[in-house]
Amino acid sequence: MPELKLAPELELAGVLAVASAACALPGVFLVLRRMALVSDAIGHTLLFGIVVAFFVVGDLDSPFLLLGAALTGLATVVLVESLQCNRRMKADAAIGLVFPFLFALAVTLVSLGARNIHLDVDAVLVGQPEYAVLPRWHWGGTAIPPVVVLSGVAVLNLLLCLLFYKELKVTTFDPELARVLGYSPALMHYGLMAVVSVTAVAVFDAVGPVLVVGYFVLPAITGLLLSRRLSGVLSWAIGVGIIGSILGTLSAARWNANAAGSVAAALGLLLVLAFLLSPYRGWLVQLWRRRQQQRTLEEILLLVHLYQHEGTAAEATEAAVADLHQHLDWPDKRVAQVIARTLSRGYVQQDGNLLRLTPAGRQQAQQVYGNIHDLPRN
Amino acid sequence: MAGTALLAASAGVTGSFAVLRRQSLQGDVVAHAALAGVAAAFLLGIRGPLGLLLGGAVAGWITLALASRLHQHTRLPLDAVQGGLMAVAFGLGLALLKHILTHVPDAGRHPLDRYLLGQAAQLRDADVQIIAAVTILSVLVVAAFWPQWKLLAFDPEYAAGLGLPVRLLELGLTTLTVTVVVIGLKAVGVVLMTALLVAPAVAARQWTDRLGMMVLLAGLFGALSGILGTLLAHYLGRHVSVPTGPTIVLCASGWVVVSLLAAWVRQESRRWIATRRSHHA
Repeated sequence: MPELKLAPELELAGVLAVASAACALPGVFLVLRRMALVSDAIGHTLLFGIVVAFFVVGDLDSPFLLLGAALTGLATVVLVESLQCNRRMKADAAIGLVFPFLFALAVTLVSLGARNIHLDVDAVLVGQPEYAVLPRWHWGGTAIPPVVVLSGVAVLNLLLCLLFYKELKVTTFDPELARVLGYSPALMHYGLMAVVSVTAVAVFDAVGPVLVVGYFVLPAITGLLLSRRLSGVLSWAIGVGIIGSILGTLSAARWNANAAGSVAAALGLLLVLAFLLSPYRGWLVQLWRRRQQQRTLEEILLLVHLYQHEGTAAEATEAAVADLHQHLDWPDKRVAQVIARTLSRGYVQQDGNLLRLTPAGRQQAQQVYGNIHDLPRN
Repeated sequence: MAGTALLAASAGVTGSFAVLRRQSLQGDVVAHAALAGVAAAFLLGIRGPLGLLLGGAVAGWITLALASRLHQHTRLPLDAVQGGLMAVAFGLGLALLKHILTHVPDAGRHPLDRYLLGQAAQLRDADVQIIAAVTILSVLVVAAFWPQWKLLAFDPEYAAGLGLPVRLLELGLTTLTVTVVVIGLKAVGVVLMTALLVAPAVAARQWTDRLGMMVLLAGLFGALSGILGTLLAHYLGRHVSVPTGPTIVLCASGWVVVSLLAAWVRQESRRWIATRRSHHA
């Protein structure tokens, strides 16, 4: 096999892009199920699993460390859920109890028994994407770099998501219906949790526990802002994750900053952009829509005003262009703008110094009158 | 020891409100986001511990405020938005930290990464004085706003209906939480600060249905965890080096387990007495 030589930044960007793509899919379901912070908890408790597995196996390069970590992820979820059976404890409190406890236990164990091994808590906390490229685990004599594991997990997540798309969708949005249809919400729930644990383990090395939650959640909520369909949200989430990873890594190289951290910041930037520019519930679109509504209302008010006085004795004063600002109680500038707009739409025409309705304008005004029934017309 | 005990006590008091309002993980969000503020303050040339903490507090506060605004504007789930923004702030903090280590010449003399794990053993008298001041302040503030915050914790809609400035009261409570968390960062570190807010409050909740009692017990449990944890770390420290933060958290978690067991025993014995009575009747 020819040795692939890439620039180190590109290689890093690739690793983080795969990591974020792997996280994006389960992340969307976590957010939709209001379980976003479970990923935070799992991210932290993995350390406990790694430490315990290390004490059992005694080898820092064993794949059993991964297994131990993945099992701890599941155990975290089970522990959090069993604590919630207590009626004096809510989900957030249960999460807030379990993960600091396991984390503290892990740190204590490390300092009690593993002082002479290389398990640098600071490095574990922060995450080192640079390490993800180096071969780390040994399986049957061959060295496996974590990035291979990462890619495997990403592909697995995609396959599982495609395979169980319908089941995941129904159990997420309507668990009752899912039960009636014969799907097991519990099975899907624990399946998803297993996937989250395994994914978290795979990306943990590269990004560290705190940013794990970002990789799961940020692309997911950005996707939710950009699409209304589940398939759209999932595709956007993957895309946003990949773009954010590349953007973050490149800017980290530019400013000599921590790559995993910069990616989280880039993902945040993309979230802000989506919030501003999203085509259906972005801030700008909402602003523009509100402006359009206000303009339409102004036009209708003018048309109705003209319609009310059409053919009456007062028309000469009420419909005079120069006096309209008094009757409508608008500033001169706005009157001129509204007249210009209604003229260009063909709802009114100017007749000397009077403004008269065209048939189309009359029809518009009548429509409003039809909606507000029994309004007297003088 | 006095420092950790006071810190854990004030965390227990403020944490009670966070737990009741189902915002237990607020502390977690603040603690992580504070890193960005500490790093940014350092970049701006601030070197004193109080100034750095202030930077952290501002960052944590901004993150919470942004999360709640984003939640209101987009109807995205609040926990997801908080988790996401926390990661953004923490990531920014990490990025800035690396930048500082390579570009600011005197960075080596200021162990900024201490703000991640915390070093209770390195608490100096000045730190303890700050902690004591914040503890007294938080108790006074809680006492001053007692009826309002009590209502806010149990029935925010009713509070709004009464014409109370709900948003302002929430802001005050948030500010108090942020202050306590940021002060605690240096002593016990990011992750373990979450535990100090949540664990004593949850333990206290098992013993009582009254808010006053709960806050008192939470403060007491917090203080005891602080003392026991520090002693434990010190005692173990003769043989191996154990960081104080984790042992305090383990003690606090121990209180939760004891309280859960006690609640279970109480409930079962009550049920047992009830069945005995119905047999006799």
